[in-house]
Amino acid sequence: MSERAQLLLEIADDELILGWRNSEWTGIAPFLEEDVAFSSIAQNEIGHARALYELVARDLGTTADELAFDRRPDEYQSSPFVELRLVPDWARTIARHYLYETADEQRIKALVESDDPEVAGLAAKIDREEAYHRMHAQMWYDRLKDEPRFVEALEELQPLVMERGEHIAEFADLWDEMTMVRRSVVGATW
Amino acid sequence: MGASRGARGSGVIYEVFRLERKGQPFQHAGSIEAPDAVFAEWYAREQYGRRGESVALWVVPREAIAEIDEFVDELERNYHRVDGYPLKEKLKEARERAGTAAAGDR
Repeated sequence: MSERAQLLLEIADDELILGWRNSEWTGIAPFLEEDVAFSSIAQNEIGHARALYELVARDLGTTADELAFDRRPDEYQSSPFVELRLVPDWARTIARHYLYETADEQRIKALVESDDPEVAGLAAKIDREEAYHRMHAQMWYDRLKDEPRFVEALEELQPLVMERGEHIAEFADLWDEMTMVRRSVVGATW
Repeated sequence: MGASRGARGSGVIYEVFRLERKGQPFQHAGSIEAPDAVFAEWYAREQYGRRGESVALWVVPREAIAEIDEFVDELERNYHRVDGYPLKEKLKEARERAGTAAAGDR
């Protein structure tokens, strides 16, 4: 796999898995307006994953769906940080959201500067949406920054940011649920 | 939301008005509850702007809106009202007098 495919796949997997985890709040977020907002952020992340998969899929001669749903669990490059199942803990969810957006900003901004016009173009598009995610994360950070539970969550999660390595045990259940339709109906499309 | 409405209660209600196209009047879109103005802006954008349905929004704390809901008319001066003059009927009569009634009028 090319270095470009490897890098994009890592980011795409992070976005897909985080989008999946964030979408677990749909219907049960602290209040209705936040439910809509957080679900929409989750959808955006999955949209970013799709765009990145499409770019990688062309390099690898496959499709975005196959990359997203037809790989074995050990083939996903996602960070254990995004795999953590944090529902129903809102303080830790927002702590991860904030830490992720902060780290993701560096990664995406570096891609915007890339010599590869396809990568730079897509990264610029993604960054324009991420700007709103960062505003959302920041307003929650400002609101919760003196809450002990939130401070604790930040301290707990900070060392895990974008770590790579073994998937956490909970990833198996996520993978199982996420790929269920594709595995039960071969070649299923949406 | 019903029952959960009371359990929330910590936020402020904001009324949101949206401008669909430049040159048109802003129209009431709905209301949102938010902890402060920053959240309100974000939620308004999310609920009334993200699908390209608006070119601008007004986000106003409900408290800031002066509501008037009493209109005294002790002497029943109904000739002040716009509904006091049933134009459709009068037009029909006039047409009949002039012999130019449209087919649908009979």
